[in-house]
Amino acid sequence: MSMSRILAAAVLVFAFAARAATQDLGLGKPLSESDIKQWDITILPDGTNLPPGSGTAAEGAKIYSVKCSACHGDAGKGGVAPYYPALVGGQPLTNGIDTVKTIANYYAYATTIFDYTRRAMPYNMPRSLSNDEVYSLTAYILALNKLIGETDVMDAKTLPQVNMPNRDNFIMPYPDHL
Amino acid sequence: MTKRRHRRGAASLDLVAGNGLITRRALLGGGVTFVGALGTAGTTTGAGAEPLADAPWSLAVGGITPPVQTASPFEKDVTRTLSNPRGEFRTSHARTPHQLLGGTVTPNGLHFSINHGGVPDIDPAEHKLVLHGMVRRPLEFTLESLSRHPLVTRMAFIECAGNSAPMFAKEPVQATVQMLHGLISNAEWTGVPLSALLDEAGIDPTAKWLVAEGADAQFLDRSVPVKKAYDDALIAVYQNGEHLMPGNGYPMRLLLPGYQGNMNVKYVRRIKVINQPAYSYFETKNYSQILPGGKTWRFHFVMEVKSFITYPSFGLNLKAPGLYAISGVAYSGTGRIAKVMVSADGGNSWGEAALQGPIHDKAFTRFVMPWRWDGQPAILQSRAYDDGGNAQPLRAEFVAMRGEATRPVTTPLAFPNQHYNSITSWAVDSKGDIKHVYV
Repeated sequence: MSMSRILAAAVLVFAFAARAATQDLGLGKPLSESDIKQWDITILPDGTNLPPGSGTAAEGAKIYSVKCSACHGDAGKGGVAPYYPALVGGQPLTNGIDTVKTIANYYAYATTIFDYTRRAMPYNMPRSLSNDEVYSLTAYILALNKLIGETDVMDAKTLPQVNMPNRDNFIMPYPDHL
Repeated sequence: MTKRRHRRGAASLDLVAGNGLITRRALLGGGVTFVGALGTAGTTTGAGAEPLADAPWSLAVGGITPPVQTASPFEKDVTRTLSNPRGEFRTSHARTPHQLLGGTVTPNGLHFSINHGGVPDIDPAEHKLVLHGMVRRPLEFTLESLSRHPLVTRMAFIECAGNSAPMFAKEPVQATVQMLHGLISNAEWTGVPLSALLDEAGIDPTAKWLVAEGADAQFLDRSVPVKKAYDDALIAVYQNGEHLMPGNGYPMRLLLPGYQGNMNVKYVRRIKVINQPAYSYFETKNYSQILPGGKTWRFHFVMEVKSFITYPSFGLNLKAPGLYAISGVAYSGTGRIAKVMVSADGGNSWGEAALQGPIHDKAFTRFVMPWRWDGQPAILQSRAYDDGGNAQPLRAEFVAMRGEATRPVTTPLAFPNQHYNSITSWAVDSKGDIKHVYV
């Protein structure tokens, strides 16, 4: 066993001992994960916690025109006001540090679109969309950006598999902070 | 050089750097030594001055002592500037007027605030914080049950990653300290160490990440390393001694000292222990940065060592040559301020400023530098160093590493990039007017 491995093992044991040694203060009220289900809206990039349901771009287009276009413009073009971002397109990041970050040129994971749309959109009515509606809108936005096909179905299985072009372009400035 | 000494024994008047910077040792003996330094003997005789009379407010009984006191009406201009005063459906920013404040503590009413989905109106009796995910048993806390824990208190700055963003512009944006650097504030925070709560829930020792989520209308969420949670994270419930301000997270927020403001999740309602970062919207888009060449930084976390001069600064006019105390704030997201150097000649020479203690970890330290302005053009700058050996980068170094905006920046409200920590330069002209310049 190398010295660094021994050290790493020692650190792990210490960390575990330090954490396990703390006594139960009895101040938090125990819950079960099922109690938290309604609140647990975090979607991870590997698809963890994506809900049942599905949607396509065609269904998404209908929902979009009713619930999204007032701010984000027709077909995701944005520009209804300068602060409402376009949902389609995007210049290469080599254009400069102030290039507008978009879904197509920037986002690393398609799950982020689902997660954010479900938790925060429409802006004035958050959490009002059904899971099928969120899958449909996600499919619509991804198809507008040609990141999936027009008829592709988005669901818990297919969404994490969408290839996002900028995924491997990220670096962490301070990896030691993990 | 002794030839610059004004008189024998007045070492406090020594110049330490070009264009009139006086050694910080002049401050050690109090203000007395400055009287001679001013060289304004003609005005000290009192000749021609009006005799002193009692002021009207001294000759009548004063006003009612109120239950909650607010600033004097004469302070009416000491306010935050708003980016979205009508509450349109977009982010709102309120910036701290650092050029009008002293010391290191930002008063609660003036603490900066950014809200991506408005300020929620939260009933503290109904608010819950849930801890779950990779824990032995999920737990729910209320403000009441959190407050039964042994609370700890510390100073900490919170800085938006987009603070000072106009300084990515190719041409210096002419704006006050408030408009350039108003998205940072410093306060005393009191709360429960997050580590205690994670221990209480029995965190899985292999877990590397948490995701923290607020109860605002965006359910704003950010991924946080478990390492930071066990380092110095708090669930804060008091701000400068009173419960949090609504715009700063009432009734509870995550406090991650030194980490970008957005990660200090306000109105925190849920912390889930997870095995990978969530790549939430805000960490995916707004709070990651494009680098020259097109690579991108994410999970930047740390607000690096930085300082800026608050007095004198843009918008002020120096009425006459003579003595001024250059003053500002310095801070570092990785530790304590070790030293602040000040220049009055655009960086050709530097003198060490006096630091006003106590010097706290990841918090504001105020610096002061006596300066005798001779009425000629001067360029004032400050440069901070932290106890980890990090120096605030010079602009040329910073721009080489991080780049400049390609499009003109027409408003200080713009965010052409994030994490600006280079030097701010104030140019004083011979009329005493102050402009923002790059050197």
